[in-house]
Amino acid sequence: MAKKVIATTSLAGCFGCHMSILDIDERILDLIELVEFNKSPVDDIKKFTKRVDIGIIEGGCCNSENVEVLKYFRDNCDILISLGECAIMGGLPALRNGIPIEECLQEAYLDGPTVKLNIKKVLPNDVELPQLLDNVYPCHEVVKIDYFLPGCPPRADLIWDALVALITGSEMDLPYEVVKFD
Amino acid sequence: MNKTIKLKIDGKVIPAEEGQTIVQAAHANGIYIPTLCNFEGVKPKGCCRMCTIKINNRYMTACTTPAADGMEIENNTLEINDIRKSIIELLFVSGNHFCPSCEKSGNCELQALAYRYEMMVPRFPYTFPQKGVDAKSPKIIKDQNRCISCKRCIKTIEDEQGRKYFAFKDRGYTLEVVLDEEMAKTMTDEIAQLAMDNCPVGSILKKEIGYKEPIGTRKYDKKPIGSEFEV
Repeated sequence: MAKKVIATTSLAGCFGCHMSILDIDERILDLIELVEFNKSPVDDIKKFTKRVDIGIIEGGCCNSENVEVLKYFRDNCDILISLGECAIMGGLPALRNGIPIEECLQEAYLDGPTVKLNIKKVLPNDVELPQLLDNVYPCHEVVKIDYFLPGCPPRADLIWDALVALITGSEMDLPYEVVKFD
Repeated sequence: MNKTIKLKIDGKVIPAEEGQTIVQAAHANGIYIPTLCNFEGVKPKGCCRMCTIKINNRYMTACTTPAADGMEIENNTLEINDIRKSIIELLFVSGNHFCPSCEKSGNCELQALAYRYEMMVPRFPYTFPQKGVDAKSPKIIKDQNRCISCKRCIKTIEDEQGRKYFAFKDRGYTLEVVLDEEMAKTMTDEIAQLAMDNCPVGSILKKEIGYKEPIGTRKYDKKPIGSEFEV
């Protein structure tokens, strides 16, 4: 059987979900027997080099780059999984939803209690920087997402069970303890 | 003694006393019907619709409907459970329920119901409404983002003279449960704790507690909500 190809990315996330992937411990040795990684922070491949079977998305969409990467994943992956609360509902970055962007930037770069070094009082405005979106969006409100694995982070057992089920085509059982929102 | 009657839930015949609601009869006989706004000791009002059941092809709320002899009830069926799941999903998208940053996570009834009915993602779009947090009172924080307007605090939290600490403000879309500012000033620790405990979500929090119980030891970490009723 040809190895399944997996790609992962972190959009507006904290990399906690990726840490949880690593948290499958020694089962990672079994995993590399079953899959190969393509575009992912795990192997630092920047661009897709082939068609991918399973794309794993951590984090929601808070800026234009997130949207672009997410669409890039949708175009190149057969199955997309939203991994973790941020990808599913925006998560903590979505706490800014409803607050005007100007106010957010003002607080972060000018008025915040820990702002000390911004002597010229400038907001980041380099053309290279992605544009912030008006709100933080869950991934499935931007592209079609096939599966959702909740948690903050999702339990390693949940990720493992889901990957094994997808790779082997077997049914997944969901023990009560592994599906949690925190 | 009240007259004993018999009703059928999902094909199982159970006895009930006349005057009992369907929820009471079911729970007394090891059958779980989920509830959210319903609270032991206060008159049920059936506003959250979590306890929706089907009697003679009609949807009814099990917390307000009295048990009657010969009733045939559908409870734990695919159709009814999906209706309940959609109600949970609506509650999640119509407020700001950030479980990872909520002090009540693990002890929250709304979250526990979402676990029980295996909500992976709501089928409805998130609304992220703009709501405030009232932290003026010395003892408690009232977070409107998490409030589901179940009215449990209004009905159960009062002082020794029967005056209520909480009340509805406005109507319709802008309706909010608010705390009486004057009464909040003299609120005792016991009342504050009771208010927090009676709130099914993390909308009422006792100040200076924060995240008290570690993950793994909280109420709904290991066992689903309702398992205490089931045989």
